[in-house]
Amino acid sequence: MFLWLWAILIAAALAPGVNRIVGSRGGWGLAMVPAGVFVFLLKQWPLVMQQRDVSVSVNWVPALKLAISLRLDGLSLLFGLLVTGIGALVLVYAGGYLKGDDRLGRLWMFLLMFMASMLGLVLADNLLTLFIFWELTSITSYLLIGFNSDLPQSRVSALQALLVTGGGGLVLLPGLLLLGAAGGSFELSTLLNNAEAIRQHSSYVPMLLLILIGAFTKSAQFPFHFWLPNAMAAPTPVSAYLHSATMVKAGVYLIARLHPLLGGTAEWFWMISPIGAITMTMGAVLALRATDLKQILAYATISVLGTLTMLLGIGTEATLTAALAVLVAHAFYKCGLFMVAGNVDHAVHQRDIRGLGGLRSAMLGTFLAACLAGISMAGILPTFGFIAKETWYAAIEHKGEVPFLIASVLSNIGLVVAVGLVCVKPFWGSRTEVTQQAHEGGPALWGPPVVLGITGLLMGLMPTRVSELLAAGSRITTGRVVSVDLALWHGVNVTLLLSLLTLAGGIALYLQRHRLESVFTVLNRFISYGPSWVYGWLLKAVNQLARRQTALLQNGYLRFYLLTMVGLTVISVWMALGDELRGHLKPMPLDFRLHEVMLVGLILMAAVVAVRANTWLLAVGALGIVGYSVAGIFVLFGAPDLAMTQFVIETLTVLLFVMAFSRLPDFRRLSTVRTRGRDALIAIVAGGTITVLLLFAMTVRSDHPISDYYAAQSVPEAHGRNVVNVILVDFRALDTLGEITVLSIAAIGVYSLLMLRPPKHIDRADKTNDVATDSSLTPKQEGA
Amino acid sequence: MTMDSVILKTAIRFLLPLLLLSSVFLFLRGHNEPGGGFVGGLVASGAMALYAMTYNAAAARQVVRVSPRVLIGSGLLMSLSSGLVPLFLGRPFLTGLWTSTTITGLGELHLGTPLLFDLGVFCVVTGVTLVFVFSLLEE
Repeated sequence: MFLWLWAILIAAALAPGVNRIVGSRGGWGLAMVPAGVFVFLLKQWPLVMQQRDVSVSVNWVPALKLAISLRLDGLSLLFGLLVTGIGALVLVYAGGYLKGDDRLGRLWMFLLMFMASMLGLVLADNLLTLFIFWELTSITSYLLIGFNSDLPQSRVSALQALLVTGGGGLVLLPGLLLLGAAGGSFELSTLLNNAEAIRQHSSYVPMLLLILIGAFTKSAQFPFHFWLPNAMAAPTPVSAYLHSATMVKAGVYLIARLHPLLGGTAEWFWMISPIGAITMTMGAVLALRATDLKQILAYATISVLGTLTMLLGIGTEATLTAALAVLVAHAFYKCGLFMVAGNVDHAVHQRDIRGLGGLRSAMLGTFLAACLAGISMAGILPTFGFIAKETWYAAIEHKGEVPFLIASVLSNIGLVVAVGLVCVKPFWGSRTEVTQQAHEGGPALWGPPVVLGITGLLMGLMPTRVSELLAAGSRITTGRVVSVDLALWHGVNVTLLLSLLTLAGGIALYLQRHRLESVFTVLNRFISYGPSWVYGWLLKAVNQLARRQTALLQNGYLRFYLLTMVGLTVISVWMALGDELRGHLKPMPLDFRLHEVMLVGLILMAAVVAVRANTWLLAVGALGIVGYSVAGIFVLFGAPDLAMTQFVIETLTVLLFVMAFSRLPDFRRLSTVRTRGRDALIAIVAGGTITVLLLFAMTVRSDHPISDYYAAQSVPEAHGRNVVNVILVDFRALDTLGEITVLSIAAIGVYSLLMLRPPKHIDRADKTNDVATDSSLTPKQEGA
Repeated sequence: MTMDSVILKTAIRFLLPLLLLSSVFLFLRGHNEPGGGFVGGLVASGAMALYAMTYNAAAARQVVRVSPRVLIGSGLLMSLSSGLVPLFLGRPFLTGLWTSTTITGLGELHLGTPLLFDLGVFCVVTGVTLVFVFSLLEE
């Protein structure tokens, strides 16, 4: 199974080269990779049907019990077939859609990267593996939505999708961690044995809530749905693949996958089904309001995602099966319809249905695809869409959830109208100004949607194989053996009557759709204060908060930074030490030798001179003396390495200061006596604190000092007699690696600060009054 | 900013090679005696700073030959790769690996990944300090 993922990722790496060498026809070749995986998945069919799951696992971080484990069971087979099968068609389609565009290679690459992530997501058997792939789909989706990166609208939409789904991912992670903690494992197959214990666990409700928020954001459930219509800024192949057939189903997949673990409770029902029903109805209503082909389809997708969520929330065996059936049907017709919308856009460069009409003769292949997909979406015999809708109605009717049944019928009426808007309006009637010059694209454009449509038809006519697959999938979601027997004709019953009602209502509403406009003008007023508005407000508020906080904490005055750092250090030291000091501080024996006293005296004198200095050179020179004398103390107390480094550092510091003088204004005292007094006080307190801390540190030793270990192991373990160096490059090399990285970043900072050319007007201000540069560059003038 | 001093100009010609040599010396003896990549790099960059102040930054750049940026980058890469090598042998990141070879005339020579690591430190420290020096001296 890892091989499949690698194959797709390698294809992703090759994609840009393929486009450069072969051009858009390379899509057929690249499609062979997912098609191959599709065939390999089919080969596992008999095994999976016999409930012999295939699984592999690789230890990733054994110390943390992290493993990348994959498992192929009925549910993942169903999703895997959709991801690879539709993925292959989308690659071909993308080749036709961006024919001759340099960026086609990039599109293929992102699509394949997404495909690998999505396949990994549905194959994952470990919660953390699943989470990683989950996040990867968010990232690749971000890249794909923002594909037209020169358009601001694309960038905003991509960021919105990333923030919403990524934020959901952040919520999902603690949920999964709670689940893992409650169940004692991160392996889904192990967790299944503890399902009862997990549902009884005290953290069941928070865990469920967190996981559901993650799933709802991903699957565009109310109130997180607003990112999906905006994601239509992506090129159409992306919308067809990610935002209808696969990625948005990830949330639904997660709910279905976790149903045997978390489902079957009242909480499950009430937290999921109502949200699903609201999303379903709202999506259907909003779809009618839109006039852009892709927007209509996006809202219709939201509606279906709501349906899936609702069915999973109700959680009976029949509704779980119905959810999978609707999911499969939707994947086929919606992907096809997006491709149809893309073809129309490609031919006439317009997607607003008000200007479209009469395309059927000009674009025969596309028209055929639109018809096939349309009758499936409207749920008309003999397509798979019909079967799916029948099972859906029957399942809810069987449970007796009348409100959900009414909502289902109403939203399906909306979908029928949407079919009219997408499949009838652009193709029927006479040609308009816009569609005068329309002509069909190549087979890469109309071929894939026709294939999808015919498959939908065939699945409707011969549903035995699909029944088998759905049964295998339902076995995973219900945890029991399920028999699924799909058939086109069940005789005349309530379900069929409801279907007829849906169709009749939909057609009537389509013909009378101009009457809806007055409803939508009222509705629009409410919508402008919907979740999308909240999102915008939150984004603005966060930015404002960041700006204010930056203005407060990073005000550009170096002296303020020093003050904050020193002050916080002092405060935190005292907070940590507090009462522990008592009894620990003993007067030290005063048996200094003469040269030590002299050295200390030198340090003190030089420090006073540095503070009182009235030229730059004197100040820096005096500081140099302080440094050298401290190094002298190191020499006296047997730390040659430290002393040597300190000597060199001091020398370099003085050198660098001398170089910097040429850029500094003349030495002047700008601070008042009061600020100098304040600084002196802070300096004394800080110095005193450190002194106390050092004295305290010498009296408490809770354990053997680690230096003994280093000294003992230096030669045998690390082949070096210089313990200091051995610690730096071997024992604690990771620290050193971090330090040199920080050093490099500091170099970038210093370089960019020094190379920063101030704008002209500040230059002029400088000549008259150099206080501005003064205060920000030279903290020392106030007394260091 | 340069210092127009004949004494310094003459002295630096002798001082520069000596200081650079001593930096290499410090670096090489570091594992057993006081020294190491950090202090070695500081001495080397101190020598270059002196040279740059005596003549100018452009002249110093010519002596160094490679841009400080390259020094920083390659130094980081060296230290990182010394940590990556043991990973390929199934050992934890940054494990010190040693090998010894005998070179005729010199005796036994111990070589290990910590040496590469320390060389990386040397390069990064030199590069960073030279970035400071050069960008301060170049208007």
